[in-house]
Amino acid sequence: MAFEYAPAPESRAILDLAPSYGLFIDGEFAEAADGAVFKSVSPSSEEVLAEVARAGEADVERAVAAARRAFGTWSALPGAERGKYLFRIARILQERSRELAVLESLDNGKPIRETRDIDLPLVAAHFFYYAGWADKLAYAGYGPDPRPLGVAGQVIPWNFPLLMLSWKIAPALAAGNTVVLKPAETTPLSALFFADICRQAGLPRGVVNILPGYGDAGAALVAHPDVDKVAFTGSTEVGRSIARTVAGTRKRVTLELGGKAANIVFDDAPIDQAVEGIVDGIFFNQGHVCCAGSRLLVQESVQDEVLDALKRRMATLRVGDPLDKNTDIGAINSAAQLARITELAAAGEAEGAQRWAPPCELPSAGYWFAPTLFTGVTQAHRIAREEIFGPVLSVLTFRTPAEAVEKANNTPYGLAAGIWSEKGSRILSVADKLRAGVVWANTFNKFDPTSPFGGYKESGYGREGGRHGLEGYLDV
Amino acid sequence: MSDSKNSEGRSAGARGSDGRNEVARLAVLKTYKLYAGGRFPRSESGRVYEVTDSKSGQWLANAPLASRKDARDAVVAARRAFAGWSGATAYNRGQVLYRVAEMLEGRREQFGREVAEAEGLSRAKAAAAVDAAVDRWVWYAGWTDKIAQVAGGANPVAGPFFNLSTPEPTGVVAVLAPQDSSLLGLVSVLAPVIATGNTAVVVAAERAPLPALSLGEVLATSDVPAGVVNILSGRTAELAAPLAAHQDVNALDLTGAPTALAVDLEIAAAETLKRLRRPSPAESWTADPGTGRLTAWLETKTVWHTMGV
Repeated sequence: MAFEYAPAPESRAILDLAPSYGLFIDGEFAEAADGAVFKSVSPSSEEVLAEVARAGEADVERAVAAARRAFGTWSALPGAERGKYLFRIARILQERSRELAVLESLDNGKPIRETRDIDLPLVAAHFFYYAGWADKLAYAGYGPDPRPLGVAGQVIPWNFPLLMLSWKIAPALAAGNTVVLKPAETTPLSALFFADICRQAGLPRGVVNILPGYGDAGAALVAHPDVDKVAFTGSTEVGRSIARTVAGTRKRVTLELGGKAANIVFDDAPIDQAVEGIVDGIFFNQGHVCCAGSRLLVQESVQDEVLDALKRRMATLRVGDPLDKNTDIGAINSAAQLARITELAAAGEAEGAQRWAPPCELPSAGYWFAPTLFTGVTQAHRIAREEIFGPVLSVLTFRTPAEAVEKANNTPYGLAAGIWSEKGSRILSVADKLRAGVVWANTFNKFDPTSPFGGYKESGYGREGGRHGLEGYLDV
Repeated sequence: MSDSKNSEGRSAGARGSDGRNEVARLAVLKTYKLYAGGRFPRSESGRVYEVTDSKSGQWLANAPLASRKDARDAVVAARRAFAGWSGATAYNRGQVLYRVAEMLEGRREQFGREVAEAEGLSRAKAAAAVDAAVDRWVWYAGWTDKIAQVAGGANPVAGPFFNLSTPEPTGVVAVLAPQDSSLLGLVSVLAPVIATGNTAVVVAAERAPLPALSLGEVLATSDVPAGVVNILSGRTAELAAPLAAHQDVNALDLTGAPTALAVDLEIAAAETLKRLRRPSPAESWTADPGTGRLTAWLETKTVWHTMGV
């Protein structure tokens, strides 16, 4: 007999959510200059979590000015002292990680299992890692006296709100820059909690400024003449417009954009592990991952075996309350994103691919999409070409390693790829030929602060993480 | 300069020193051609433009006025060459680059004259520029099998994984060669592109393209595979526009772009998210080049593998 899961909800009691939050400028929380506000809702229940000040152009002006004022003293601090602030922040992040995990799950819709076990440990790890670089910049390989660039304008997406914040802020501060960061409009809350952590850590005023807001605030920040460095993670479309905006300026830019990663399964792959990797590759974080393994390339001879095992595994995925510790797949981040996923999945059917999803009951409130599989997909299908950014996997087949490489590379994107095989020589040879910034072999979706991450081709330029991540914040 | 040899060469005849009527040897002038796909085509447009001595204004040659179509053909050649060149061993690429230095060394006299005419330099200064250009090939020849060690490495990730970051060439790089240094500047921007395994489409200095076109002849005899380097002469603005917008060009070096043009090109390049190198007025062709021009055209690939027994 099958045992039903009993609910195992994480308590919200640890989280003290205020009814409203301001912008964080020059060390103070403040209202927007024009008094504008917006609401952040929980995508799993559509409950309004808080009202948040909405930054406009005047606020960008104030925040950039604060960051500029702070830059002189911050960049002049001995690296060891700057590093100590980052170590403090890392420690406080660890201390408050449970609170932040609950908050992130509520605001983003992602399962507590992921925020607790993946996001938050990585967030702290990034601050620890870059804290140690602050007094060792001369050893980073960019010359004996690398200088910070100045004010960094940073715009981050909603899929990993706090993790993307740490990827942006930790290296920027370690290198001696000051920052103005705009979180996404659907997930502003953890960045504002981070602002409070900066206060607890005694970080000097103006070194970190947080401006919750919409695309207009992001555009104003990117275009601001006193911003020296632009860092963006998000869609390729917005990345293009940023590249146009900074044309002809002296601004330095790094872009982490979209992807359509191929997860290649060879006939000698350990099937059970590969299936776990496929599931992790596309259903981790509801598929809201730029490096998600959204195209499964499976060798024809093992196609049936892999698909049977994959469907069996998908039937065990639990979709539902993000705060339930048993939940594997949480809520889609917003109504707009759900509409886009729905539209693309419909296009997959209309273009002749076969759709399959396990029987799965979705909650009535909130935004949900069942884990979905498409077979009979060709390279011409929209679901094989466009980034869906949701829990939708397209399955294609191949016969030879050369064909696998050709299909994997047949995309304007080049962010990530996966290879599953027991044969080392094949893995190394295929990894060598893939045009992608990250290649996971017999694993998928692994991240580490020591490890550079970033794309080829239209997946953007620059790398985040590791020694390479410093380059984008140094005058080299 | 170039007074003696060229002006004599170009006149129909001259009077011998002893006063007797003697027919001096008529020099054989060179028809300069583009270098693309390992061949030396004229522009498909059939157009040429006059190249003159930078000081005297004297006519030197009719250089091909390459068209947008020539630029696109060059990209096709560069793309075709990419798999082979990027797949060659770093050791092999170093050998080939060193071979370029060898061949250039043997033609120092020719390049000395061409550079002097192109840039209005004294013979001595031109010779120094040629020597520096040879030495620059040697410098980059030595980098081919070292840059991966300097720019890549193992990452100590927290988990049971083996994880390695390796630099790889970004693809086809369109290079607008500097306008002020017809050979040394050109070599300084071209050599790092191909040292790292990229292939190049180069737009030569607009007013002084002849050393660049002659360099094509050196490359063709230096074991550089066909299509790895493609050299166009003509109007920088006309050729740069299709290259900046081209879907199959991965990166754009704006070094030789006039300021006003550079902005438009950067905007066009944004459509395909090309890697860019902006012009720097402070750039000195005689300074230590560093690694900046090597890493500008490199991607970093990080490969993870599980570790365990």
